[in-house]
Amino acid sequence: MERKIVIPGMQVGTTEQHKQGRGTFREGDKIFANRLGILEERSGYLNVISLSGVYDPVQGDTVIGVIEDVSKMSWLVDINAPYPALLRVDEVPWRVEYGETAKYLNIGAVVVVNVAFINEARNIEVSMKGNHCKKVEEGIIVDIQPSKVPRVIGKNGSMVSLLREHTGCWIFVGQNGRVWIKGDDDKMSLLVEAIHKIEREAHTPGLTSKIEAFLKGERD
Amino acid sequence: MELIKDGKRLDGRKPDELRPIKIEAGPLHRADGSCYLEWGGNKIIAAVYGPKEAIPRHIQNPTRAVINAKYNMASFSVGDRKRPGPDRRSREISKITSEALENVILTEMFPRAMIDVNIEVLDADAGTRCAGITAAAVALADAGIPMEDIPVACAAGKVGDTVVLDLMGEEDQEGQADVPLAIAPRTENILLLQMDGHLTVEEFDRALELAMNGCQQIATMQREALMKKYQSFEED
Amino acid sequence: MNISSIKKDYLYRLAKQGKRPDGRATSEYRPITIERGVVNMAEGSAMVSIGNTTVLAGIKMDLGEPYPDTPNKGALSTAAELIPLASPDFESGPPRENAIELARVVDRGIRESGTINLEELCIEPGEKVWVVFIDIHILDYDGNLFDACSLAASAALLDAQIPNERFEMGENRPLPVQDPPISCTFVKYNGTIVVDPSLEEDEVAEARYTVAVDKNGDIRAMQKGLSGSFTVDEIRQSIATARQMAPTIRKILEG
Repeated sequence: MERKIVIPGMQVGTTEQHKQGRGTFREGDKIFANRLGILEERSGYLNVISLSGVYDPVQGDTVIGVIEDVSKMSWLVDINAPYPALLRVDEVPWRVEYGETAKYLNIGAVVVVNVAFINEARNIEVSMKGNHCKKVEEGIIVDIQPSKVPRVIGKNGSMVSLLREHTGCWIFVGQNGRVWIKGDDDKMSLLVEAIHKIEREAHTPGLTSKIEAFLKGERD
Repeated sequence: MELIKDGKRLDGRKPDELRPIKIEAGPLHRADGSCYLEWGGNKIIAAVYGPKEAIPRHIQNPTRAVINAKYNMASFSVGDRKRPGPDRRSREISKITSEALENVILTEMFPRAMIDVNIEVLDADAGTRCAGITAAAVALADAGIPMEDIPVACAAGKVGDTVVLDLMGEEDQEGQADVPLAIAPRTENILLLQMDGHLTVEEFDRALELAMNGCQQIATMQREALMKKYQSFEED
Repeated sequence: MNISSIKKDYLYRLAKQGKRPDGRATSEYRPITIERGVVNMAEGSAMVSIGNTTVLAGIKMDLGEPYPDTPNKGALSTAAELIPLASPDFESGPPRENAIELARVVDRGIRESGTINLEELCIEPGEKVWVVFIDIHILDYDGNLFDACSLAASAALLDAQIPNERFEMGENRPLPVQDPPISCTFVKYNGTIVVDPSLEEDEVAEARYTVAVDKNGDIRAMQKGLSGSFTVDEIRQSIATARQMAPTIRKILEG
């Protein structure tokens, strides 16, 4: 299926031929897009992938969060979504005694976590026990629009590999629009500029070669 | 002053003609979604922030998002300078705007959250509340807010004993009736409707028909503005 | 290590090497664009962007009574609105101290440079004068509101016409405006001083300094803000930088 831009209220299919996926709603036997995005079909489901807007958490996403509140047995984590997520003491790699939570993670601490659970009431829980999960102790965090994350990663990771190769920096892209990078300050500076350039020019053709040229120091 | 002469209005338009409209999606950097709109002499900018946690907590609704639209006119947007801050008119418009937008936004997807919609009139030339809703709708779509449709608004009225579409400044001041209308264009459901002045039932029907028609024309422009911003998306 | 210290430490480390996060030099401005006459209803208007910061200033004029101690002069009033659409951190409501300080500093620069010949705005001494209202709306906040607002106010004044027609006092004519001041704002963090702070730099700034310079390079207004401090040398150095940058910015203003 061709990648097609759709807007809220645009009909994208019928219930006879398709199944209703993310970003759609149904009226009678017609399926409509409920947001601005790209229409895609996957395993018979019609999905609208958002091109803009705040981060919409999906179970299984690995994200970069910031502790915004500390309780005796849990933390509240800002994951750049409309709601903070709950991180319980039994979902961290340490053995935390009751009331000792602040010793391990205090307000403002930055962590890589997995989105473990979301229910209909939009209660979100995260876990620090998965792969890649850890506390961020060095490097910097760059904020980008969540909808631009696929662009920064690239098809099969092509863009993020390009960025690593040309800057020698370590890069981790959170699904929620936060990017963690580590490296020499000059290289990180260049990388930050490259990331913002990808963001600005996400909709233009030939982006990968443009970024490569930029990283090599060639002029546009 | 003769508002209609030989079937032409003060600005040369026919009774069923819209003023020139220009819509741009996403001009602002900080906002989650935005829209800049010019409509006749009107210049409006709308910005959306959210969905985000509703604070203070007492405004939270446990089952859906709260839509917080605020309409404001800049001091310099009108003939006699307007004192800054909301007046009763802006507060009323803010309320009916929130209610119109709420109808199409899938608020149940975001319980306990809120969506802020800020509408700022930078230059005013009659029909600002309709222009405001039209711009806010584009900003909401630009922000990726889930909606069943993109609302659109337009007014009709009566000047010189003729029912006309889209009143301009002098027509609004000297005219005999003003009917602002907002609809969800796909279903033609009415989301906002006000009227002041004097109309017979037939005249009102005519005004409604003109305004509906105007709305559909503008809905096409809204869609074009959004497509234009995202059209060149490609993967290489 | 927390989110605010991560950003701050990075900016501090860069500063130690005289570098800034967006690659600019310490005395480099972001691109400045000025567009005059954007609001028809206003007597004068201008939209200014410095990088991604965009502000809009509108001039409205009205007839009023002069202040008792200046019966022969028109009046000037400046206000700034940090409207919620410009930033997730701006709240709606009456102006708070940030907006008030911003407006007063912009006002001071214009007033002390004699940009508007207030005596020419006197219609009947002691009875009737023109009152000039400068209203500045922030539309997109990405750092350095002081300079963006000052430029927008000055450009709007240069665009303004006295609305004689609306008051049935004859024909409109240009507002008598000359030589607006150029304001340059600096922030200090980790011992480094940079001009035209971006949003990130505004957020880690320990101290802020704005100086308004006239066309001869003389000083017309100053404001030090935030709770950090400057040394005398740092102030002198900043003044020198401002005097150096002002002519280029003035060229953009005067178009």
